[in-house]
Amino acid sequence: MYNFTYHRPATLADAVSLLGSLEDGKALSGGQTLLPTLKQRLASPADLVDLSGVPDLKGVREEAGGLTIGAFTRHADVAGSDVVARVIPALAHLAGGIGDRQVRHMGTLGGSIANADPAADYPAAVVGLGAWVRTDRREIAGDDFFTGMFETALEPGELVTAVHFPKPDAAGYAKFANPASRYAMVGVFIARFGASVRVAVTGAGPFATRVPAMEAALAASFTADAVAGVTVPPDGLNSDLHASAEYRAHLITVMAKRAMEAMR
Amino acid sequence: MASTVTLTVNGTTVTREVEERTLLVHFLRDILHLTGTHIGCDTSQCGACTVHVDGRSVKSCTMLAVQADGSTVTTIEGLAAPDGTLHPMQAAFREHHGLQCGFCTPGMVMSAVDLVRANPTPSETEIREGLEGNICRCTGYHNIVKAVMAGAEAMNGGTLKAAAE
Repeated sequence: MYNFTYHRPATLADAVSLLGSLEDGKALSGGQTLLPTLKQRLASPADLVDLSGVPDLKGVREEAGGLTIGAFTRHADVAGSDVVARVIPALAHLAGGIGDRQVRHMGTLGGSIANADPAADYPAAVVGLGAWVRTDRREIAGDDFFTGMFETALEPGELVTAVHFPKPDAAGYAKFANPASRYAMVGVFIARFGASVRVAVTGAGPFATRVPAMEAALAASFTADAVAGVTVPPDGLNSDLHASAEYRAHLITVMAKRAMEAMR
Repeated sequence: MASTVTLTVNGTTVTREVEERTLLVHFLRDILHLTGTHIGCDTSQCGACTVHVDGRSVKSCTMLAVQADGSTVTTIEGLAAPDGTLHPMQAAFREHHGLQCGFCTPGMVMSAVDLVRANPTPSETEIREGLEGNICRCTGYHNIVKAVMAGAEAMNGGTLKAAAE
């Protein structure tokens, strides 16, 4: 790992001001992606700004019937939260399936979505629940947040502070995990809000996106059978040593059925 | 840049000057000479470097020593009683032969203790899921799972179940 200067600001204002003023600074949240990246020398920021000392970024609370989760909240704390289990159980289930136990003890919601790994789990929930990503300067709609592979709508130096998840009437998440990394080869999050349905897929393409054909089919009939006949074309999907684009396209339908069966 | 960190490691407070890029596992092994914590893959997959930071299992190859400043760390060396009596989970790994070459064992034991503290009576499935972050290339996991089940019982105050053979 190349050397860097480490900062641990004690307030959000200090963190934002540091990230705004440092020429080559990078925010460090749980570090479960960033530190492996630094160890492989794939990145070499001059400064790391550790967010663990900022108190305003942690915790889960109910807001407007839904959930607001601080960006620095660890996956294990979302998975183990009684409030999350009661309000959006599918989100607790999703968080409990990220990586492994040790990774969940460190990794954070904000770190995951700001990194925008195409195979990360949380993006499926951000898009699938139509969440709002709050930053130090604005709110970004979940649909507009992910813009490409490892690309988001965040401006340089902009910090995710929390994510607000509206409460669905029902939601389910299913993923086909890579057996080594537990990343989603394909993950599908389905949420119903009254008569409308949102379906979001992670792992298959460069970033989490919705599947309008499945949403229409499920709005007409909210059953696993309704989605079983909807296929997604492989065009533009990821193809790598783990799975071809055609295999991933097939998995989208299979995982959508399983997400319906896991509806809670 | 160098920084001063103060941690409580296995009950002892230590203060050291470290380069900021020093990983917690290197701090433990190279500076404190606690070499029971192993480095297996160095890519956050295998879990051989698992230690407890403020009571939770983490991969010490994926945490900076400066991030652990002010924390309480327990390594495999800190599990046994001062008189050398093994922790019930260590005793269970020995009794049920939950190891072959032993390289993954410190991480397995640390993960198992963390798992049982959070879930005192885990099922076999819960144990296998709970150990997803620990890779063993020898055993096929069968005896590790048996050891964790027996270790859990012993941690809950039961007597350590003898291996069948």
